[in-house]
Amino acid sequence: MSDLTLQRQAKRKLNGKFIRNQVFSWALVLPAILFLCLFTFYPMGNLVHLSLYRGNITNPYKTFRGIENYLDILVRRPQFMTTLKNTALYVCMYVPICLSLSVIFAVWLQKARKINNFAQTCFFAPHLVATISSAFMWSWIFSPESSGIANGIIKVFGFNTHNWLGSSSTAMVCVMIMNTWASIGHHALIFLSALKSIPGEVYEAAELDSSSAVKTFFKITLPLLSPQIFLMLITMTTNSFKIFESVRQMTGGGPGISTKTVCMFIYDNAFETNNTLGLAGASSIVLTIILMLITLLDFKGLEKKVHYQ
Amino acid sequence: MYQLKRRFVNYLPNLFSDILKLICVVVFVFPFYWMIITSFKTYGEAIQVPPTLWPKNFTFIAYSNIYNMGINFWQYAQNSVIVTAGVIILQCLVMIPAAYSFAKRQFVGKGIAWAIVISALMIPGTCTYVPIYMVMAKAGLIPSLWPQIIPHGCNVFGIFMLRQAFKQVPDELLESARLDSATELQIVCRIMLPMAKAALITICLFSFIGTWNSYFWPLVMTNNDKYRPLTMYIERVQDADVGNKWNQVMAANVLLVGPVLVIYLFASQKIIQAFTYNGVK
Repeated sequence: MSDLTLQRQAKRKLNGKFIRNQVFSWALVLPAILFLCLFTFYPMGNLVHLSLYRGNITNPYKTFRGIENYLDILVRRPQFMTTLKNTALYVCMYVPICLSLSVIFAVWLQKARKINNFAQTCFFAPHLVATISSAFMWSWIFSPESSGIANGIIKVFGFNTHNWLGSSSTAMVCVMIMNTWASIGHHALIFLSALKSIPGEVYEAAELDSSSAVKTFFKITLPLLSPQIFLMLITMTTNSFKIFESVRQMTGGGPGISTKTVCMFIYDNAFETNNTLGLAGASSIVLTIILMLITLLDFKGLEKKVHYQ
Repeated sequence: MYQLKRRFVNYLPNLFSDILKLICVVVFVFPFYWMIITSFKTYGEAIQVPPTLWPKNFTFIAYSNIYNMGINFWQYAQNSVIVTAGVIILQCLVMIPAAYSFAKRQFVGKGIAWAIVISALMIPGTCTYVPIYMVMAKAGLIPSLWPQIIPHGCNVFGIFMLRQAFKQVPDELLESARLDSATELQIVCRIMLPMAKAALITICLFSFIGTWNSYFWPLVMTNNDKYRPLTMYIERVQDADVGNKWNQVMAANVLLVGPVLVIYLFASQKIIQAFTYNGVK
């Protein structure tokens, strides 16, 4: 055999191996991509399609309505806008309170001491519990009957019993308290691990300059935590926009629709009321766009202010 | 004596902060305590005014009541176990090869494939359930446990974390294994997975908690008690009653929360560590 044929053979062998490698690599990622296409991308596209029709879950494409569904939810019928407003109100209450509390907790529990460890363990426990269980626990605490513990407590202080979940002024606050209770330990944990990565010299330098504790917190801790705070801000905002089960259990959207959230509106239109699947589709699309915009805006607006080490 | 005094003086500034800490702990643990205590009360005592902090007569009547209510508790529990195990196994089967390929193999179009996977993070799962329900209904799968398992097959966050962990495995290790003519399967099982154990455990723990506690997905994807998990059991207990028999609702709640809390009691440090695991750097 001549040198040339040998070379050619080797090349062909290499080519074969190259192609086999390529195919194998793709075969490894293919299941993941397939699952995504089937259960994430296709549904999203299908949702756009659905939102242009009037129909229900068994017969989704009854009549073509074009953008009528969007006009319905955004302009003509106030229900969607009300639920959107409720949700936004909830987010505006929950995110700042939960975020600042978890940063404070993290700084508070920062030192390696037994009591801090213990407190951290206790604060984190609610995060592992199903939201639906927490909602049941708290609706028992906020029970309107005089046996509810919240009513029991305010009675001790001489106030009248209050229908916590049944009045529109306090219902959303109760839901927020429950969700703050459930998630604060987890967020504090993330901030704690971030705090641990701040080098000790920074604090020593601050101490040498005899900077006060408050000043150290605002001038050193907070800026160095900003990447995590920023990340948490995005995830908390988008997650709390999707709030569903805690509200469904605790208030059922009531009184009236004063605590109904966007996701409950979508669910009701998809499964509970007849011929409104298109509305559910349209509001899903609007919600998705809002969530994407929040993510983008957060990135754009806060990029400059975040301090990266 | 002097030393003790000094230690006390040193500790004194912390006293106020520590007392406040303990009060916070009590406030945080109280709902759990209240749930458990209520479940051991009779109905009469549960709604008594003023409430009692410890049951006067400690009974299991709430538990026996919900057990004899004609709702098959074991069916719900079994569904929860099967769905949770199914989701974790399916996710691992999909996630591990993909993460390995993305981390350690070179191929044409890798960038595009990665972009597809990552862009899925932008699409909220709570919006896509209607079309998925319709697909499942068309496939005739609604009266089964599959709709609660299959749609969660691809764990994007998991792929992301596992890829990060796989990348930290040195390439030389893989090269020498290949020289010893190890197959790709052996490389993944014997080298990659043991070295990425922490990440894998964390991901599985997240999946476990998420699936065990999920309420929304089963609510949408089932129309028959036979296929519903434990999270929906409490609601059934509540529905079956006229008004809320709080001691029974709390008993059902204990049955759902109990296993998770018991595990947490024994492995709290490990679980906390897993949740702190910072694979995204």
